[in-house]
Amino acid sequence: MATAAAHETARTQAYGTGDATDTTGTDAYETAFDAAVAADERIEPRDWMPDAYRSTLIRQIAQHAHSEIIGMQPEANWITRAPSLRRKAILMAKVQDEAGHGLYLYSAAETLGTSRDELLDKLHTGRQKYSSIFNYPTLTWADVGAIGWLVDGAAITNQVPLCRCSYGPYARAMVRICKEESFHQRQGYELLLALGRGTPEQHAMAQDAVDRWWWPSLMMFGPPDDESPHSAQSMAWKIKRHSNDELRQRFVDICVPQAESLGLTLPDPDLRWNEERGHHDFGVIDWAEFWDVLKGNGPCNEQRMTQRRRAHDEGAWVREAAAAYAAKHSGGRQTGETGETGATRA
Amino acid sequence: MTTPTTVPLTAALALGDDALVLSHRLGEWAGHAPVLEEEVALANIALDLLGQARVLLSMAGDEDELAYLREERAFRNLQLVEQPNGDFAHTIARQLYFSTYQHLLYAELAAGEGPFAPLAAKAVKETAYHRDHAEQWTLRLGDGTEAAHERMQRACAALWRFTGEMFRPVEGLDVDGERMESAWLASVGEVLGRATLTVPEGPRSGAWTAGAGRQGLHTEPFGRMLAEMQHLHRSHPGASW
Repeated sequence: MATAAAHETARTQAYGTGDATDTTGTDAYETAFDAAVAADERIEPRDWMPDAYRSTLIRQIAQHAHSEIIGMQPEANWITRAPSLRRKAILMAKVQDEAGHGLYLYSAAETLGTSRDELLDKLHTGRQKYSSIFNYPTLTWADVGAIGWLVDGAAITNQVPLCRCSYGPYARAMVRICKEESFHQRQGYELLLALGRGTPEQHAMAQDAVDRWWWPSLMMFGPPDDESPHSAQSMAWKIKRHSNDELRQRFVDICVPQAESLGLTLPDPDLRWNEERGHHDFGVIDWAEFWDVLKGNGPCNEQRMTQRRRAHDEGAWVREAAAAYAAKHSGGRQTGETGETGATRA
Repeated sequence: MTTPTTVPLTAALALGDDALVLSHRLGEWAGHAPVLEEEVALANIALDLLGQARVLLSMAGDEDELAYLREERAFRNLQLVEQPNGDFAHTIARQLYFSTYQHLLYAELAAGEGPFAPLAAKAVKETAYHRDHAEQWTLRLGDGTEAAHERMQRACAALWRFTGEMFRPVEGLDVDGERMESAWLASVGEVLGRATLTVPEGPRSGAWTAGAGRQGLHTEPFGRMLAEMQHLHRSHPGASW
């Protein structure tokens, strides 16, 4: 693989020899790692990496994976009530994509030496988090559109730069995820467009949803740059490529003309074009709400976690049966996988 | 190609409603599946079925009017597919029974030249996959742990009484019900046997299950399912979505 070869070259240059292990300690590895990152090369699973880089990535990828699977809940809430069969098919496919994203991401995290079970356990016991946006409720059908347009739109703004993240498996997973997310974003926009052009009741439903989702969507970019605890190091490692505030501004600038096309307003009286900056100015975000939801006091934190734990607990007997079957029929192979369908993992 | 006048409406509704209703039930699993791979798999089957339903209902009329504006008594689906998900074993048993039937049915329709042949040619490939998925899980639940075996045996027995209805004649559906039934019994029996499960002994039809769903007689949970499914659409008469 080209990137691995380049990393090897960087390592060799740093050591002055191809055989580093005999002659040097961590410093030489670190120099090679830094050189690879500086040269915009991908770090691959078998490459040496600093412990903190590894743990930062595990934390971030796990949080992303957890967000995908928790994020299924607010949208699945409307599958059984979708108002047309076409919309129902689109929504089911979308929720299915999210499960698929969870799968890629847990797999990417596994390349760093952790397991899906371990990460799920951390989610279920509150030691790892998911995106706070999913602690808001989907109260009407229009919320499905607002999530697609705003929440997926914000996620894409955050995630497109991750396709160039320094860690190879994560970057590659993100390429595929971003393609699907941009599809979801357009579907959400199109859903709102139909409501915006529909009956007065449908228009009001769309406006109400945008009013409720706009500010939480802006919070998705995380705290302001001067209060973001992990940002500087992640930027240096090229896990992160742009600051929270930069991405938030980019998102606002994208959304304003789109809202106009939808015939909907954004709930911010301070929102206006600033000729001098070449960007939209916008109002002050309620960071007290952000921290409060993050701490567990959002409208749905309890509900989301209860459903997740229940699904996991109620599914335990199924996973156990699959593992037992695999053990019986694998002729002594390891029991973590379940044979021909690959349908589950214990 | 068939013209609308040659489409047997009763048959299109019967098959379309089967697919629509089971797709809806499988959609209820979203966010509740026992393992992430099953979130993907169950949604996949639900989407295949919804695709089939949309083609079939469109042969009979407007898909949304038919799905959202008919009353319970006008639906022609089998009672089997409207049964609540229950635990994962019930969902798998229901799927094994139905997918085995649907696969046999579409194989036969695909081989013919009737109005359903084009749809069946595509759907038969999908149903082969659904059947395989249900079979693989039947094996794991039946021949995995003792607890799972008991659950699966119970689920197979509980749904057994809804399986006779599948082979009753449907107007406009040119298939050999008796031959399909014996093929179905052989296939399901073989899978249950390999899964160390016993074939249930009870009757496969009764006063309310002798083709009752096909005639618009349903079970109590179905009304609530429809109430949920139709509520939003009915709340905005004439609106487009």
